[in-house]
This record gives sequence, structure tokens and C-alpha cells, in this order.
Amino acid sequence: MTEDLYEIIAGTTLGELLETHPVAADFFVNYNLQNLKDNLPLSEALDYADENTLIDFGLDKATVLDQLVRFLETVAEEKQTTAVEEITILGGQTKSGEAEEFTLSIKPGEIVSIVGPTGSGKSRLLADIECLAQRDTPTKRLILVNGKTLEDEERFAMDGRLVAQLSQNMNFVMDLSVEEFFEMHAKSRLHPDPVSVAAECFAAANELAGEKFTPDTKVTQLSGGQSRALMIADTACMSASPIVLIDEIENAGVDRRQAIRMLAKNEKIVLISTHDPLLALMAGKRLVIKNGGVHAVIETTPEERESLAKIEMLDNTLQSIRNRLRTGGRITPDTI
Amino acid sequence: MKLITVAGPPSSGKTSVILRLADILRERGKTIGVVKFDCLTSFDRDRYTEYGIPVQVGFAGKFCPDHFFISNVEDAVRWGTEQGFDILITESAGLCNRCSPHIRGVLAICVIDNLSGVHTPRKIGPMLKFADIVVVTKGDIVSQAEREVFMFNIRQVNSSAKIVFINGITGQGAFMLGKHAESAPDTASLRGCKLRFTTPSSVCSYCTGETRIGEEYQMGMLRKMEFP
Repeated sequence: MTEDLYEIIAGTTLGELLETHPVAADFFVNYNLQNLKDNLPLSEALDYADENTLIDFGLDKATVLDQLVRFLETVAEEKQTTAVEEITILGGQTKSGEAEEFTLSIKPGEIVSIVGPTGSGKSRLLADIECLAQRDTPTKRLILVNGKTLEDEERFAMDGRLVAQLSQNMNFVMDLSVEEFFEMHAKSRLHPDPVSVAAECFAAANELAGEKFTPDTKVTQLSGGQSRALMIADTACMSASPIVLIDEIENAGVDRRQAIRMLAKNEKIVLISTHDPLLALMAGKRLVIKNGGVHAVIETTPEERESLAKIEMLDNTLQSIRNRLRTGGRITPDTI
Repeated sequence: MKLITVAGPPSSGKTSVILRLADILRERGKTIGVVKFDCLTSFDRDRYTEYGIPVQVGFAGKFCPDHFFISNVEDAVRWGTEQGFDILITESAGLCNRCSPHIRGVLAICVIDNLSGVHTPRKIGPMLKFADIVVVTKGDIVSQAEREVFMFNIRQVNSSAKIVFINGITGQGAFMLGKHAESAPDTASLRGCKLRFTTPSSVCSYCTGETRIGEEYQMGMLRKMEFP
């Protein structure tokens, strides 16, 4: 397979290659090879490449082609993410070594919340899922993917592709506009239509954000809430990872109920560690963590769902007080 | 003994990654030693010592760090073998982004951090390109999208490396690195082994201490730019 591809690539002109694999453009820039003649087959074009440039990168003509083929293959491989129909968490042991007796299967579109005091082991559970623990982490938990245990090789292969993580801190280092940011991400995901998916993400992000922003706003200028809205929309619309782990999303002004719904709607498995009653009850099930182990798996009852409406009202009241203060208003006993 | 070379730009989190890796390996009953190759100063000796990890520190001073590494690493291996470690980790800073202490047949790790910007993987040369494993740190402070773009940029430079994300503070992700470390090949001696990439080369008057600027002071191997 590789050899065939090698022959094909070697015989293709740069112009043709960039048409079929636009992603290769960056590859050549990486090696300072942006000035190759684009009308010659690559194997010939590389004869004109500056030898010193190649040597600086530890390359010669053959290895450039070799690297290019390998890059195109890896990228193609990375594009196909394993279809996850279900993950199953099997109990291990608590911090004091007692058996943790529970089994939980989660399917795409389901939301599971994780509650428990700080330091009880919520992050450990998320970490177990992230590394697809096979009874070999300190908690001794076992994570099955589509009902199966995983060999190390499969784990290494899946690593970094199954799980997307939304953490508390959302800073941007890239100095790009919102639009450029989405397009860059779409490009790195090899999305067939970066422009339209970027527009979709932008609309979704603005739906979540309290304060609206424009496509040409720099990501570094976004507020905390806006950044988070951007990230959630991005994960929902663009990320290929079937599992989303969310670590305490409650702070900062995003419409969190809608955020969670958006993620679940896109057929993702959502696990959310939270202290927020609204988020905890929005999930179909919640795991209660105690002493490093899952102490209970509680299904959200219809009664709790009813209370959810009331909690939402309380939450809205608090939100309106917040808004009133923000806009220079005063608070009176009637406001509450 | 298994030998692992760890390199990466300054402040990318190499020491933290090594400490988190040590946690995992020690849990599995392995003994670890570290040799830190540094330039001028280092506080890492204290960090390793506090952690109960035997450590040796060497300073390159005015020598090319890469040359300094390669002329001392054999002795480092001898020390590690004598101490009876299961795993010896060498830590070196890639200061000119060329320093590539990776040796054929020895597990090579390059540590880079998400905060350095999405284009950084393209700016790091052989140190990244020839690594078996690229560890990415500080991912918790940037967005998932930036992590993905970052990973994509690593792929463009090194398509065959395993990419592992590690939180140097909590240790999340270190587990997978531990798995890789355990499957590292054994190294009894480095005699006859080869570097994966040549060290930065030049023998010129400035290498030997010349400080004056001017054509008449330039001798030996030089590389001239072409200005129009």
C-alpha cells in the first residue's frame, strides 16, 4: 500500500498533489520547500531543491517523499475515528482498597454527571476514561469500548482520538479571529467544507454566549464566557471525538443547559463533573463519588426532573439579579 | 537497564513530566535515576532529590549543549548501571531547537507545551522530528481546538511519533507514557551506538573563543547568507 502510494506521489506534480491533498501545502512549508516547481513530477522537482535546506532537516530527496507519504497516511488514519456505540465502566477499588461495586454503560447522546466533594476522586474517574483504563490504573477500573477490553496497541491507537476534554480554563494562544480560528481547526480536521462548518460553529457559539460577538473578533479578545461558548460550540460541531469530558463548567456566563443539550444532541457521550445542581440533575444518571470510588449510581427521577424546573427558576432569578447589577440597577426585596 | 532520553525547549515541563512518569514507574516497583544536562544553572537537582530520585547534574557552560551531552552520556549510562537502576532518564534542554540527544535504539521523548503557540512544532527541528514519543504539556489551559491543531502540526513534522498529552501538575496522561517507557529497549552500553541526527557542527574561530567581529577574524567552517 505504502509503496504504491509512494510511486503515485513521486509521479505527481506539486500542482496536482495540492489539488487532491491541500493539506500537503503546509508540509512543504515546514521544510522550507515552498518554491518547488509545481509542473514537474515531485521526484524530479525535488532534484532542484536546495540540498543544504534538506540537510538542515536531516532529509534527502527520498526521505522527503517517504515522510510525505507517511504524513498523508497518518492524517488519513487519524480522520477515521473508531465508532463508539457504547462505553462501559466497571468498578475497581476505593482509596482504601475496598471493592467498588458498580457497572455502567453509556451510549451516545447520554449525559452522566459526576458529583462528590472536592478531592473525592471525580477527576480520577475522568482520567480513567481518558486513558481507557484496563484495571491497571490506581483505581483498578476497567473501561470497555463497544463491550470489549483493549490491548495496549489499540489503546495507543485510540489515544487522543476518543476523548475531547473541556476544562475550566479556556485560554487562547493563537492570535486569530473567530472565523480564522474555526477554519484553521476545520482544516486540521480535514473537514471537506471548512467554511460552512466554521459558520455553523460561529452561530452555535453565539447562541450560547451572553454577549454576542462577530466573526472578526480576535479570539484573544473574547471574555471568559465567550471563550467557553466558542469551545463548547467547537466541540459539539467540529470535534470528531465521540466522548466529551467536562470538568466543572459552571463558572462564567454561558447558557450551560443549552451547552449540554448541544453536546448531547450531536450524539456524544457526555460525562460532566459538577457541583451545579442544575447540571447534575440534567443528566439521566449521576455518579456519587466518595473516598475515591463510585458510591452510588442514581437515576434522575421524574420528581427530580420536576424540581429541575424550580431550580431553573431560582437560577433565572439569580441571573436576573446579576444582569440588573451589571447594567447599573438596584436590588430591592421585590426583585427577588 | 532501560535508557530514555528526554529533550524539549526550556520551561516546556520536562522535569514535571519525568516526575509524573517516575510516580507511575515507582508504583510498579521500578527504580529510577536521572541525569540532567543543563547549561548554566539548574534547580532541578533539588526537585529530584526532594522526590527521592538519585540525580547527577552536568553544566555545558560555554560548550554546545548537544556536544556536551554526547561526550558525557556514555559515562551517564555507566553510572546508572552501577547504581542498579531499572530505568535511567537523561534530561536535556533543546536550546537552539536543534539539540537532538536522540540515539538509535534508545527510547526518545520530546516534550513541548501548548502555551508556546500552535506553530511551535514546526519551529522545532530534529529534536521533535526524530522523537519516538512527543509529550504535550499544559493542554489544560488551552482549548480542545488548539490542542487538536497543535497535534496536527506535530504530525506534519513527525508522522510516526506517538503523541501523549500530560498534565504535569496532576499527572493525567502520565499513565500512557509509563506504558511506553516500560516497553523501552534495554541498554547495557552505548558503545558503537549512533545518534539519530548529527549534532550542530562548526569548527571556527568563534568556537574557540574569538569575540571580535570582522572577516579577518573568521576562520574555519562558515556559512554565508546571500544578500541581493
